[in-house]
Amino acid sequence: MSLWEIDIYPAAGHVDRAGEEVTSDAVDLGLDPAIKVAAVHGYLLEGDIAAEEAKMLADKLLADSVVEKTVVAEVGAAELQQSPVADALLVHVINKPGVMDPVAMSAQKGIQDLGVAVDQVSTFRKYWVTGVDQESVNRLAEKVLANDAIEEAVHGPLELDALAVGTAYQFELNIVPIRELDNDALELLSKEGQLYLTLVEMQTIQKHFQELDRDPTDIELESVAQTWSEHCSHKTLAGRIAYKDGETERHFENMLKETIFAATVKIREELGDDDWCVSVFKDNAGIVTFDDQYNVAFKVETHNHPSALEPYGGANTGIGGVIRDTLGTGLGAKPICNTDVFCFANPDVAHSDLPSGVLHPRRVMKGVVSGVRDYGNRMGIPTVNGAIYFDDRYLGNPLVYAGNVGLIPKEKSFKEAYAGEWAVVIGGRTGRDGIHGATFSSAELTSDSEMLSGGAVQIGNAITEKMVTDVLLEARDRNLYSCVTDCGAGGLSSALGEMGEEIGVEVYLDKAPLKYDGLNYTEIWISEAQERMVFSVPDEHWEEFRTLCESEGVEATIVGKFVDHGRLVLKYHDQVVGDVTMDFLHDGRPPIIREAHYEIPAIEPIDLEGKAENLESDLLGILSSLNVASKEWVVRQYDHEVQAGSVLKPLVGVENDGPGDAAVVRPVLGSDRGITVSCGMNPRYGDYDTYHMAASAIDEAIRNSVAVGADPTRIALLDNFCWGYTDRPETLGSLVRAALACHDMAVALKTPFISGKDSLNNEFSYQDDVGEKVTISIPPTLLISAMGQIEDVTTCTSMDAKEAGNVVYQVGTTKRELGGSHWTLVRELDGGAVPTVCTDTCNQIFPAMHQAIKAGLVRACHDMSEGGLAVAAAEMAFAGGLGMTLDLRAVTTDQPFDGDADKVIKLFAESNTRFLVEVAPENCSAFEAVFSGSTVSRIGSVTEDDQLMINDGEQNVLRTPIGQLKEAWQTPLRW
Amino acid sequence: MTVPKVLVLRAPGTNCDHETKYAFELAGGQADRVHLNRVLDNPSLIEQYQIMCIPGGFSYGDDVAAGRIFANQLRSQLADVMHEFKNSDKLILGICNGFQVLIKSGLLLDDDASGDPPATLCWNNHGLYEDRWVHLQNSSDKCVFLRGVSQVYLPIAHAEGKFVMRSDVVADQLDSNQQLALRYVSANGTPANGFPENPNGAQRNVAGVCDDSGRIFGLMPHPERFLDGTQHPRWTRDGLQAEGDGVAIFKNAIEYFA
Repeated sequence: MSLWEIDIYPAAGHVDRAGEEVTSDAVDLGLDPAIKVAAVHGYLLEGDIAAEEAKMLADKLLADSVVEKTVVAEVGAAELQQSPVADALLVHVINKPGVMDPVAMSAQKGIQDLGVAVDQVSTFRKYWVTGVDQESVNRLAEKVLANDAIEEAVHGPLELDALAVGTAYQFELNIVPIRELDNDALELLSKEGQLYLTLVEMQTIQKHFQELDRDPTDIELESVAQTWSEHCSHKTLAGRIAYKDGETERHFENMLKETIFAATVKIREELGDDDWCVSVFKDNAGIVTFDDQYNVAFKVETHNHPSALEPYGGANTGIGGVIRDTLGTGLGAKPICNTDVFCFANPDVAHSDLPSGVLHPRRVMKGVVSGVRDYGNRMGIPTVNGAIYFDDRYLGNPLVYAGNVGLIPKEKSFKEAYAGEWAVVIGGRTGRDGIHGATFSSAELTSDSEMLSGGAVQIGNAITEKMVTDVLLEARDRNLYSCVTDCGAGGLSSALGEMGEEIGVEVYLDKAPLKYDGLNYTEIWISEAQERMVFSVPDEHWEEFRTLCESEGVEATIVGKFVDHGRLVLKYHDQVVGDVTMDFLHDGRPPIIREAHYEIPAIEPIDLEGKAENLESDLLGILSSLNVASKEWVVRQYDHEVQAGSVLKPLVGVENDGPGDAAVVRPVLGSDRGITVSCGMNPRYGDYDTYHMAASAIDEAIRNSVAVGADPTRIALLDNFCWGYTDRPETLGSLVRAALACHDMAVALKTPFISGKDSLNNEFSYQDDVGEKVTISIPPTLLISAMGQIEDVTTCTSMDAKEAGNVVYQVGTTKRELGGSHWTLVRELDGGAVPTVCTDTCNQIFPAMHQAIKAGLVRACHDMSEGGLAVAAAEMAFAGGLGMTLDLRAVTTDQPFDGDADKVIKLFAESNTRFLVEVAPENCSAFEAVFSGSTVSRIGSVTEDDQLMINDGEQNVLRTPIGQLKEAWQTPLRW
Repeated sequence: MTVPKVLVLRAPGTNCDHETKYAFELAGGQADRVHLNRVLDNPSLIEQYQIMCIPGGFSYGDDVAAGRIFANQLRSQLADVMHEFKNSDKLILGICNGFQVLIKSGLLLDDDASGDPPATLCWNNHGLYEDRWVHLQNSSDKCVFLRGVSQVYLPIAHAEGKFVMRSDVVADQLDSNQQLALRYVSANGTPANGFPENPNGAQRNVAGVCDDSGRIFGLMPHPERFLDGTQHPRWTRDGLQAEGDGVAIFKNAIEYFA
C-alpha cells in the first residue's frame, strides 16, 4: 500500500490563474503587496500503485500535458517540498475527513477505467507564498485559502500515511432518561443535543413518554425534534398569534392559513370553473396549469445559515435542494429554470471593521455566486432571473434564496403512497454531512456557530442529482412508483416521516448505503447528505425500478416499507431502536402562542427645497449604488440558455447588456407558449412600514412580468419571509403586517400565492472589543417571486429603447413617495413617505399594459422602480444605445409640487404601478386608447444623439451622455 | 432521401441532449438519446447510426478536467468501435462538452508521436464560466458541417473553452490543412480582437476544429441554441429571423447522406 501525491503546475508559458487570484485576494486582505502566491492543485492516491502507474495516471488522466506539468512522488518525498521559487513558505489545504469531494470520486472512476487498483483518492491544494512572513501566511490561510468549516490548512510538508475515513460502528442503543429531568435539565438537553426545542415542547415530550412509562431512545427524540423544527413545521407562522397594530387587533389560530393561504382559497372560489391553480401550499412546490399537456410547478427556498458558514457549499446545496423540491412535487416535475436572489453586506467593507467569526462579504458573495453557478450549470437548468440586494445588516447573516420552475404532465401532478409499498432511497450515499441542519436553521448565528455546527455544512455533487433527475423522469413516465419526495432538511427522518404520515412506516436503517463506516443509527436517520430522493415503489415495479437506476449508475436501495399501523418504527439489524406514533410526531407539538405588535414608525417628511442642485450626480450615484448597478459579472457566469428555451435573456439591448425586467422561457421545444419569472423585494421600505413594503414588492414582481408581456390574470406568486428573531413581539408584528398586505394584494389583484417559505431568527451576534454582546438583525426581507404566462412569446417586448423618433410615455402616477428610496440612500437622508399601492390602479394598468404589448403597440417597456423615472429612462436609453429627451412638465402627479420638490419627486420618487414605455408614432393613438381611464403621460421621445436630456419646460435640468450613465452603472460590480 | 439515424450520446452530466436531438430532427434526421452505459454494454450498438453527436453538458461534472473522464472511457473501452465509426464515411459532431471529449479522446486530432493529444481545451483566460453570444466565421472548405456557411452568430456557455495547441508547428499544420475551421470574429467579420470577441483567449481565435477528412467536427458554441428566431438575444429589436443560424450545421449533417 502506498500513498502517492501528484502536484499539478501550469506548464512553462501558461499563467497561474489561481495563484494570481489568491495574490490579489491577499492584497485585498491588507497583506504586504510584495506577496506572491503560486498555486498548485493535486491528488492523493492510496492503493497498490506502482511508480510507473502513478506517473501514467498523472500524464494521461489527471493533468493536461499541453498546458500543465506534474511532480509525482510518494507523500513526504523531498521533490514535493521543492519550491518552484526561492524562499517560499508552503501551505497545503486538505478536506476535513468526510467532506464531500466530487472531483476525487470522478478521478477514482477514471483511474479504475484505466485498470489501476486505487483504494482511495483525495484532492488538495497547495500554495507557495513569498514576500511575507509566516504570520501573514497564517492569516492568508485562515482568511483566504481555507474555510475552517470544511477544510484544514497544513503549514509545511504533508505528513499523512493514509486517507481512509471512518471506523466500524459498534451498535449500542442509547436511552435518554428524560422522565426525571427538571426544567433546567430539559432546556440543557435541548440545547446541548442541538434539538433547539422550547421548554414547553420538551415538557410535552417528557409527558408523552411518562405516559408510555418508558424513556425515549435518542433517535426518537431526534425524530420529534426534526419534525417539530421551525424548518420543517413552520410552527411560528402557522401558529397562534395575537396581533395588534395602531389600527387593528387580530387573533390568529394559524396565521399563514388565515392570511396568505386564505387569499388563494378566496381567489379560487371566485374563479370557479376558471380556477387555474392545481395544487397549492401542500406539496413541495405550488402547481398551476400551463397548456393542454402540462402544468408548471414553482418553489423558492432559502439556505441562509449554511451559506453564512460556507458560502460555496451553502449556496450550492441551496439550489440543489430547491431543484429536488420541484423534482419531488407531484410525481416529479422536470426543472426548467432557476431564479436566485441574494442579500449581502457591502462587499467593500474593510477587513479591519469585521467582527470575529464573520467571513468578508466579498468572499461570501463570490462563494455564493460560484455555488449557484456550479450547481445550476451542471444540472443543465438555465438560471434566468435574480437580484442582489446590499445592506450592512446582512453582515454575518447573508440571505440566499434559490428557486426553481418545473414542468409536469397534468396527470402526474398528484401522488399518494400506499401501505405495502417499499420505501426506496436513490442517489447520493448517506454520510455525516448536514447533521442537525433542520434544527440549526432555527438557531441564531453567533461567532461560535462555525465550531458548533460545522457538521451542518454540506457540499453538493450536482452530477449525482442530474443522474437522479434523469432516472426519476424516466421512471415517472413508466409509472414505476406512486409517491416521491425529496430528502432535504431532516434527511430520511423528514422524508419518510412525511410520506408515511397517513399510513405508517417501518425503516431498516442498516440498509441505507453509507459513504464511510462509523455512522450510528441516529446519524443515518437525520443526516442531510445531499442528492437523495425517496420513493414509494410497489413491489411489482421494484425490479424494473432498480434496473433502470442501475443502468444509469444510480444507486437505489430499499430502506423501509409503508405499513398500515400509523407508527414510525425504526430498526437497526432487527433491533427496534425507535417506535413513535405518527399522531404524536405530526400532531403532538403544543401550539405556540405568540404576541405580535406593530407600531408604524413615526416618519418625518423630507424638506426637498435646495435638494435639486445636482440632479446629475444624484442620478449617477443611484446608477452606481450596488442594488441598481449592473450584475453582469454574475449573470454571465450562469448558463441562462441551456434547454434552448430562452426568449428574453436576463441581459437585453443593443449590446446584450441592459437590465431586463423579467426572463421569458419557452419550456416546450417547438411551442410558443412561454413562462416569465420575475421578483420584487424592497427591504429598505420595511424600515418605514412592512405593509407597504410587502405591497410594493408584490406590485414590483407583477410589474416586471407584465412589462415583458405576461398576462396579469395568469401570474402566480411565491412568498419567502426572511426575518429576525420572531420571539420579539415587534419583530413578529412586522412580519404579520407584511402577511396581511400579501393577503390584501392577492385578493384585490386576483393573483394567488401558490407556495411559500419562511426563515426566521436571522440574526448574528458577536462580542465587541469590550466584550459586550452585539446583535445585528437583518431588515425584514420579503422576497416575492412571480411566475407569469404568455400565450405567444413572439409578442414579448424588452426594456431597451429601439428607435429614434419614437414616443416615450410614462404610464401611472408619480406621488411624493421618497421614503426608503434610492435617492434618499445616496443622499443619506431619512424620512419621507414610503410608496403605497392602489389596487384599483393596478387592476386598470396591468391588464391595459398587457393588451397593448400583445397588440404589438409597444416597442419597449421598462418597469419604474429603484431610482424612479430618471433611472428607468437612463437604463432604457443606454441599453438601446440611443438618446432620450423628456419633459418633466408632462409627468402626471397626484398633486402639484413646487420648485425643487417637483423635480426631485418626478425624477426619483419610487411610486408603484408605473412603466416607461416606447411607442412608435403611428401607434400612439391606439396605445392611448387602450389606456383610456388610466394615467398615461406623453413625456418625450427617443433620440438619435447619445444623451439623456431631461427638461422642465424650457429649463434643462439634466443632460448626460448615455456612455457616462452606462459606465456609472457598470463599474461598481465589474469584478 | 433516406433519413439518417443520429446517435446523441449522453453520459452522466450531459445536459443538452434533448435540444440536440430536437435540432437533428428539425433538420430531417431521426435521433436517439442513448446513454454511454448502453454503448459500453454493447459497443456494436453504434453501427446502426450514420451520425454520432456528443452534446453539451458537464459529463462527470467536468471533474479532473472538462470531458476528460468521458474521453478516457472512449480511449480505454471503446477505441475500436469509435475508430471504425470514424473511418466508415460517417459523421461525428461534438458540441461544447462534446468538443472537449473529442479533443481529449484523440478522435478529432490524432495523438502525436509520444501518444499525447496535439491540442487541448483549457480554462478561459478570465478563469470564469461565461455565457455570451459570439460572431463566428467559417475558415475551412473541408468541414462538412460548415458547407455553405460563411458567418454565424451563436452563444457560447463554458468555462474551459480556450483552444491551445502544443506548438506553433502543430498550429501552422492544422491551419494550412484547413482544420481550424471555425473562428471567432468581430460583427463585421474581421478577426476577433481579444475579449469579448474572442471570449476565452483561444489561440488563433479558434472556436471549432475538424479532422483531416472534414467529417469530424467539434465546436465550443451551441448551434442547437439558435434554431428559432426567438432565441436571438436581440429579436425584439431586429425582428424575428425565419430560421436560426444554428440550423445550417445540422442540415449539412443530414444532407451529407442525401
